[in-house]
Amino acid sequence: MIVLEKRPQPSKAWSYATPLVAVLATMIFGGILFAILGKNPIQAIGTIFWEPLFGEFAFYYRPQLLVKGAPLVLIAIGLSLGFRAGIWNIGAEGQYIMGAIFGAGAGLAFYPLDAWYVFPIMVIAGAFGGWIWAMIPAFLKVRFGTNEILVSLMLVYVAEQFLASVSLGLLKNPEGHGFPGSRNLQSYESAHNAELIAGSGMHLGVVAAFVAVIFAYVLLNRHMLGFHIRLTGEAPRAAKFAGVNPARLILFCLGLAGALAGLAGMFEVSGPAGVVSIDFNVGYGFTAIIVAFLGRLHPLGILLAGGLMALTYIGGEIAQSQLGLPAAAIQVFQGMLLFFLLAFDLLTNYRIRAARSEVA
Amino acid sequence: MTTPLLSLQGLTKAYPGVVANDQVSFDIGEGEVHALLGENGAGKSTLVKMIYGLVKPDSGTMLLRGQPFAPPEPRAARADGIAMVFQHFSLFDALNVAENIALGMENPPAMGDLAARIREVSETYGLPLDPYRTVGDLSAGERQRVEIIRCLLQDPKLLIMDEPTSVLTPQEVDILFETLNKLRSEGTSILYISHKLEEIRTLCDHATILRLGKNVGECVPSETSARDMAEMMVGSTLQTPERSGREFGEVALDVSGLSVPSPSEFGTALKNVHLTVRKGEVLGVGGVAGNGQDELLGVLSGEIITAPDAIKFNGQPIGKLGPTARRKLGVLTAPEERLGHAAAPDMSLTENALLTGSVREGLENNGFLKWAETKSFAEKIISAFDVRTPGPENAARSLSGGNLQKFVIGREVLQNPDVLVVNQPTWGVDAAAAASIRQAILDLAAKGTAVICISQDLDELMEISDSFAALNEGRLSAPRTTTGLTVDEIGLMMGGAHGMEVAHV
Repeated sequence: MIVLEKRPQPSKAWSYATPLVAVLATMIFGGILFAILGKNPIQAIGTIFWEPLFGEFAFYYRPQLLVKGAPLVLIAIGLSLGFRAGIWNIGAEGQYIMGAIFGAGAGLAFYPLDAWYVFPIMVIAGAFGGWIWAMIPAFLKVRFGTNEILVSLMLVYVAEQFLASVSLGLLKNPEGHGFPGSRNLQSYESAHNAELIAGSGMHLGVVAAFVAVIFAYVLLNRHMLGFHIRLTGEAPRAAKFAGVNPARLILFCLGLAGALAGLAGMFEVSGPAGVVSIDFNVGYGFTAIIVAFLGRLHPLGILLAGGLMALTYIGGEIAQSQLGLPAAAIQVFQGMLLFFLLAFDLLTNYRIRAARSEVA
Repeated sequence: MTTPLLSLQGLTKAYPGVVANDQVSFDIGEGEVHALLGENGAGKSTLVKMIYGLVKPDSGTMLLRGQPFAPPEPRAARADGIAMVFQHFSLFDALNVAENIALGMENPPAMGDLAARIREVSETYGLPLDPYRTVGDLSAGERQRVEIIRCLLQDPKLLIMDEPTSVLTPQEVDILFETLNKLRSEGTSILYISHKLEEIRTLCDHATILRLGKNVGECVPSETSARDMAEMMVGSTLQTPERSGREFGEVALDVSGLSVPSPSEFGTALKNVHLTVRKGEVLGVGGVAGNGQDELLGVLSGEIITAPDAIKFNGQPIGKLGPTARRKLGVLTAPEERLGHAAAPDMSLTENALLTGSVREGLENNGFLKWAETKSFAEKIISAFDVRTPGPENAARSLSGGNLQKFVIGREVLQNPDVLVVNQPTWGVDAAAAASIRQAILDLAAKGTAVICISQDLDELMEISDSFAALNEGRLSAPRTTTGLTVDEIGLMMGGAHGMEVAHV
C-alpha cells in the first residue's frame, strides 16, 4: 500500500522542482493525447514550445509573447496577493473589462485634444474602473459577509453586458458607419499606448507588469502588510492575534487586484486591441487565475508562468493552423498543465512512502 | 505466581526517525490497576495502541492469559475483552447517549433495551447518566462517562484509560475513582495512563515508567514518593519553581462588569467578569475547559473588542484597543492553541517571532521589516528558553509541542510585558520544560509584571499563583488567596458539582 506522509518541513527542492516536473509530465501526456489524435507527438510538442521562440517566424511571435503575457502577469500578481490571504477574487475578467471601459472612456472624452496629460488620466481612470468593480464584492463581504467568489464571478457577466452596451451606445464611434465599437485609440495619438520600440511588442503594459512583479515581491518579503497577507492565508486566527484587521485586508487585496486588472484592460484597449468592442475580452482574467497558481503565488513564479502560458497560447495557435490540431486538444493540454502542477504540488508537503499494510 | 492477564514481552515499534517503543516488557495482573507513567512522547500512546490493535509491533509478543495475543484490528482486541477510553472523545453531539453507544456496537440491541442496560450499568458503577440526553448538552465529565459505559457494556477484562482526568473537576475525579475501584474489586484490570503522580499514588497498585520508549523502572506507587516517580519519568533531578516573597504593587489590570458574547458558535459567553491583578501578582484562573477560557484570553489580548471601560490598564481604558495597540502599552498574551493561534504552523520561527514582537522589539521601520533584527530576536528566544531546534529558519510545525510552547511563552516573556496573560502555558509540555516555563513566569512576576495564568492544571495553579479564581460557564468566581485553599473549596469554585444533579435518575 502507498501512503502519503506529511513532511515536517515543506521540501524546498520540491517546491522548485514541481513546475518543471509538471511541464514535463504535461509534455509526455499531451504527447500521448496528440498521438491518439493521429499527430506526430514530438512535432506537435515542438511546435507549441519551440516554434514561437526559435522557429522561422519567431520574429513575429516573440513580441506576441510579451503582448499576451503582460496582461496575464499584471492580473495574476494582483490576484496572487488576495489568494495568499485566502481572499478569492475570481472576477478579474470583469475588473479587466471595466478598466478598459473607464480608461478608453476617459481618453475618448478628450477626443480630439492633443495633450500630454490625456494618457496619464486614462491610466488613473482604468485603475479606478477595475478598483471600483472589485470594491463591490469587497464591500459586500466586509459589510454583509457575502461570498466574494460568487459576487466577483457574477459581476463578470454584468461587466460583459455593460461592455456590450457601451460598444453599441455610449462609446460607439460616431464615424463608424453604424458598426458597433468605439473609435480606434491607436489612431488617437495622445491616447495610444504605442510600442516603446517598434516591433518589439514592448508597450507600457509590459513595463507595468514588470513593475508589479517587483512591487509584489518587495511587499511580500520586506513589508509588514505583505507579512500580514501571508499570515492571514496561513493561519487566520494567528493573524487576528497578531493584530491584523481582516476587513481592511479584504478591502486592500480586492481593491489592488481590481486596480491591476483594470490597468491591464486599459493598456490592452489603448494598445494592442485599440477599440472597445463587444468581443474585447478574451479571458485573460480567468487565465490569470491559472497563471497565479502555476507561478505558486510567487511574483517571480508568476512572471515565468505568464510567459509559459503565453507560449502555450501562441504555440497552440500555430499547432492549430499548421498541424490541424483541434482547439479543444490545445485547451486540454493547457488544463493538463494546471492539473499536473496541483498534483505534484502535493509532494512539497507530503512524501510518498510504500508501507506494509497496517490496520488504521 | 498466577498467570498475568496480559504479559508484554519485548515490544518494539519504530517510526521513521524515532523508536517509539524499545523492548518494552511488563505484566498486568488480574484485577490490578496498572499505571503507565511517562512524559509526553515517552511512547505511552504507541504502546496502548499496540495492545488495542491499532498499531502492529515490529517485534515482541503479547500473551493474554498465557495465550499468544496479536490483535490485527481493534475489533479483535475488543472481542478478546480489551476496551479503551480515549483521551479525545469520539461522540456525535447531535445524537443522544444511547444512540452514540449503539453506533459503536457490532449488533446493537433495540433502543429501549439498550437504554435499560445503560441505566443498569450506570447505576451499578455510580456513573449517573441519562441515556436519552443529547450528548451536545453534556459536560466533559459526562461525555467521558458515555465512553466508559460504552466500554463496560462489552464486559471487558482489561480497560485502558488514556489520561482520563485531564478534563475532570476534582469531584468528578472522585466519582471516576470510585467506579474504577469497583471495577477492580470485580476483577477487571485497568491500564491507567497519566502523568499526574498524586492520582496514580491514590489509585494504582503498580506502575511502569516509560522514558524515551524504554521501560525505565517499575514501582508500587503508594510506597513511592511523587518526587521519586517524577524523577524516574524525567530521568534527572527536578527543580521546583522558586517563588520569593513579593510585595504587590498597585493594580495593573482591572476588569469590571465585563460581558461579551463568544465569537464562535459553540463558545461560552463571558458574564459579568470582575478581576484585578496587581503588579507582581500571579492570578490563577482555573476551570474545566470550555467554560470561557478562550474568550477571556481573547478579551484581554484585544482579539475581542469590548466597551472601553470594561478593561483598564494602569487606569487607562483599553477595552476598545486592538492587539497591536495593547502590545504597545505592555499587555501581552499567549493563547492556548499553539499551532494556528499563537503561531503560524508553516512559517519559520523568525516569522513567528515577528508575529507579536514587531511593536515592542522595533522590528519594523515604517512598515518595512527588519529581518536581521527579527532573526536575532528569534535566536534570543531559542537560546534563553532552550528551544530545541536546528535554527530559527525552521517551520513552527516542525517543533515538538513542548518546544513550540517554550518559544511562544519565551517570545512574550522576553518582551518585558507589564501584564502577561497565558492560557494553558504548560499544556502538553514535558515536566522539565513545564518547570522552566513556570519559573520564567514567576521570575517575570518578581520583576513586577502582573500575570494572569489560565490553566486546567490545578497543581500548576497552586504552585505559581498568589490568588485563585475559577471560570464556570463564563462566570468568574471571586478571587481568593491561594494559601490555605483546599481542593474541596477549589472544586466548589469550579462548579465541581456540575453535572452531578443528574445523578440517580
